[in-house]
Amino acid sequence: MDLLNAVVALLNFVIVPAVAYGSQLAIGALGVTLVYGILRFSNFAHGDVMAFGTMVTILVTWGFQAAGVTFGPLPTALLALPFGIAACAVLVLVTDRMVYRFYREVRAKPVILVIVSIGVMFIMNGVVRFIIGPDEQRFADGARFLITARDFKDWSGLDEGLAIKSTQVLTVVTAVIVVALLFWFLNRTRTGKSMRAYSDNEDLALLSGINPERVVTVTWLIVAALATVAGVLYGLDKSFKPFTYFQLLLPIFASAIVGGLGSPLGAIAGGFLIAFSEVTVTYAWKKVLGYALPESLEPDGLVQFLSTDYKFAVSFLILLIVLLFRPTGLFRGKSV
Amino acid sequence: MTDTTRKFALFGLVALLIIGTGVLQSWNSALLILNMGLVSAVMSLGLNLQWGFAGLFNVGVMGFVALGGLATVLVAVPPVTEAWAAGGVRLILGLLTGAAVIVAAALALTRLKRHGMLAMIGLLVLGFFLYRWVFDAGVEAVEAVDPATSGFLGGLGLPVLLSWPVGGLLAAGAAWIIGKTALGLRSDYLAIASLGIAEIVVAVMKNEDWLARGVKNVIGLPRPVPYEIDLQNSAGFVERAGSLGLDPVTASTLWVKGLYSVLFAVVLIVLLVLAQRALHSPWGRMMRAIRDNEVAAEAMGKDVTGRHLQIFILGSAICGIAGAMMTTLDGQLTPGTYQPLRFTFLIWVMVIVGGSGNNLGAVLGGFLIWFAWVQVEPFGRWLLELATSGMSAGPLKDHLLDSAAHMRLLTMGVILLVVLRFAPRGLIPER
Repeated sequence: MDLLNAVVALLNFVIVPAVAYGSQLAIGALGVTLVYGILRFSNFAHGDVMAFGTMVTILVTWGFQAAGVTFGPLPTALLALPFGIAACAVLVLVTDRMVYRFYREVRAKPVILVIVSIGVMFIMNGVVRFIIGPDEQRFADGARFLITARDFKDWSGLDEGLAIKSTQVLTVVTAVIVVALLFWFLNRTRTGKSMRAYSDNEDLALLSGINPERVVTVTWLIVAALATVAGVLYGLDKSFKPFTYFQLLLPIFASAIVGGLGSPLGAIAGGFLIAFSEVTVTYAWKKVLGYALPESLEPDGLVQFLSTDYKFAVSFLILLIVLLFRPTGLFRGKSV
Repeated sequence: MTDTTRKFALFGLVALLIIGTGVLQSWNSALLILNMGLVSAVMSLGLNLQWGFAGLFNVGVMGFVALGGLATVLVAVPPVTEAWAAGGVRLILGLLTGAAVIVAAALALTRLKRHGMLAMIGLLVLGFFLYRWVFDAGVEAVEAVDPATSGFLGGLGLPVLLSWPVGGLLAAGAAWIIGKTALGLRSDYLAIASLGIAEIVVAVMKNEDWLARGVKNVIGLPRPVPYEIDLQNSAGFVERAGSLGLDPVTASTLWVKGLYSVLFAVVLIVLLVLAQRALHSPWGRMMRAIRDNEVAAEAMGKDVTGRHLQIFILGSAICGIAGAMMTTLDGQLTPGTYQPLRFTFLIWVMVIVGGSGNNLGAVLGGFLIWFAWVQVEPFGRWLLELATSGMSAGPLKDHLLDSAAHMRLLTMGVILLVVLRFAPRGLIPER
C-alpha cells in the first residue's frame, strides 16, 4: 500500500476534474437561480443561452486566430469572451422585450412562462445550429498544461502523475472572480440590493419605488454574462457541441434545485455537490484502491459504480433524495 | 364561424395538406406523414390528458415513448435461447436481487424505530455490491453470445400487436414511480423529475446491451402487416394492382402503409372516444376543477395528489402505447434516435398549438405540427436556395444550404411563441 500515490491519483482523476466541473455547473446554476428569483420561472432556454454566448465567443476567437492575435499562454477565447457576453446580452434583452415582457405585464402564471421559455429554447437551438452547425468544436489554445504528469513525476519521484490542465485552473480562478463580483454586486451596490428586495417581496419593492423593468434588465445582463462565462469555460475544458449544452440543463437545474432555487449560495453548493457525486460515482476506483489497500484486498474489477453514460442519473438521484427529505433545497430556496 | 364549422375547416385543412402531399410529392410520403401524424396525435392526446385536463407539467414524454418502443422488442422478438442458457437466469436473479435490496432498504427506513436511516444506507451499500456481483457475470455471459448479431436476451416471441398495451403498461409503471416522488411537490419539480427520468430511460436503453442491444439497435422486428416482398410475389395481389393500373412495387408499399394507417386510426379513435367520455364525465369535471383551483378542490374533499397520480399514469400509458406503435411502424428499435427536442418538446408544441384541454385540439395539433415538422425542411431548403440564388458559389452559400435542416427547430419555436401570444388557448380552444 502506498497512500501518497493513492492521494495523488485521487487528486488527478477525481478532485481536480470535479472542482473544475463543479465551478462550471455553479456558474450555470447561478444564472438559472437568478432568473428564478427575479423573474420567477424556470428558464428552460438557459442551456441554449449558454450555447449562443459560447458560439459567438468561438467565432470571435477564430477571427482573432486568423488575424494572428493571441493571448500568450492563455486561451485566445478569453480575449473574445467580452464579445460573447455582449452578443449574448443583446440576445437575451431582445428576447425579453419581444417575448417575456408581455407575459410579465399580463401577470401570466409561472408555468406559462416556462412553456414560453421552451419556445425560446427551440429558436435559440435552431439559431445556434444554423450558424455554427451541430458538430463538435474545439477552440482551446495557448498552453495546454500548467503541470504535466511527467513534470510532476520527475519532481516528486512518485509513480503517479498529477496533471493540471490550464483550462482547469482558469475555470476555478474565473469562477472565484465571477462569484466574488456577483456577491459584491448583490450585497453592496444599490442596484444589487434592489434586486434582492424585488426577489424577496415584489409588492413591497414596488412600493418603495424600485423600477421593476430596470431590475429585470440588470438581471438579464448578469444572466447573459454568467451563461456565457459558464459556457466558454465548459467548452474550453471539454468541447463545444450544441446538443451537449442542451443536455447540461439537467445537471444545472439539479444544482440549482438541490441548493434551493433562488438562493445564489445554494446554487454554488449544489453545483459542487452534483459535480463531485457525478465524478466519484462514475470513476473507476481500481487505481486508487490498488494503492490505498493492502495487496491482499486489492480489487479485481474496475470498481466503477456506474458507467460514465449514467452520469445524468447521478445528478437526478441526488435531486430526488434532496427533494424527498428537504423539498426547498439545502439553502431554503423560495417556492412559488 | 361556429365551433363545429371551425373544427371541420381545420381537420379539412389537414386532409387537404396530406392529399396535397400525395398529389404534389408522392402518395408514399403522404401515407408516411399520415401514419406518423396518427402516432403523434396519440402522443399529444396522452400529454393533453396530463397538461390539458390536470395541468401537470410533464417534460418526460420521450422516456415513456422510448419505454413503449422497448416493449415492442421485449414482446415481439423471439427469445435468444443461447443467451438465456449462457447467463439469462443469473441476470434475472441479479435484477431480482437489486429489487429485493431496494425493498428491504425502504422497509428498513419505514419500519425500524431506531437507526432506520443507518440500516437503510448499510443495506443499500452491501446490497449494491451483491447485486453487481450476481448481475455483472450474467450480463457478460449474455452479451458474449454472438455479439455481432445478437448478444441480448430477446423477447417473448408474442404477436407484435400485444406490445402496444404492454408498452402502455411499462410507461404506466415508470409514471407511477415518478408520480409517487414528484407529484405533490411544486410543478417545476415534476418537470425536472420527468426530464431526468426520460434521460435515464434512454441512457439505460443505449447502454444495457443485454436488454435490447443498446446502440447496436434491434432491426427486423416482426410486423402486424404483410411484407411488401411477399405481396409482390403473390399472383393475386399483382393482378389486383394491375387492374387498378399500378405497378406491383408501388401498390405493395401503399397497401402496407395503408394497413398501418387503419390500425393506428383504430387505436386513435378508441383512445379519443375514451378521452372524450372521460372529459365529460364527473371525473373529468373534477380534474378540471382541481386544475383551476387546487385549494378549493381540496377543501371540497378531493384527493388532489391521488387524482394527479391517476391522470399522470393514464397519460403516460397513452404515450407508451404511441411509442410502441411508432417502433412497430419503423420495424426497428434505435435508442440513439430518441431526442428530447423531437419526442418531448415537439409534442408540447402539438398540444399547445392544437388547444390544451381539448382532445380534438390535441389530435389536430398532432397532425398539423407533424406535417410542418416534415415539410419545413424541404421548404426551408427551397427558401434558402431562393435566397442564395443571387450569391456566387462559395463557403457561405454552401453553409447556408447545409443549414436548412435546422430551420425546423426555429420554425417550431416561432410557431409555439406566436400561438402562445396571440391564441393562447390553441386552434380549437377548450370549452
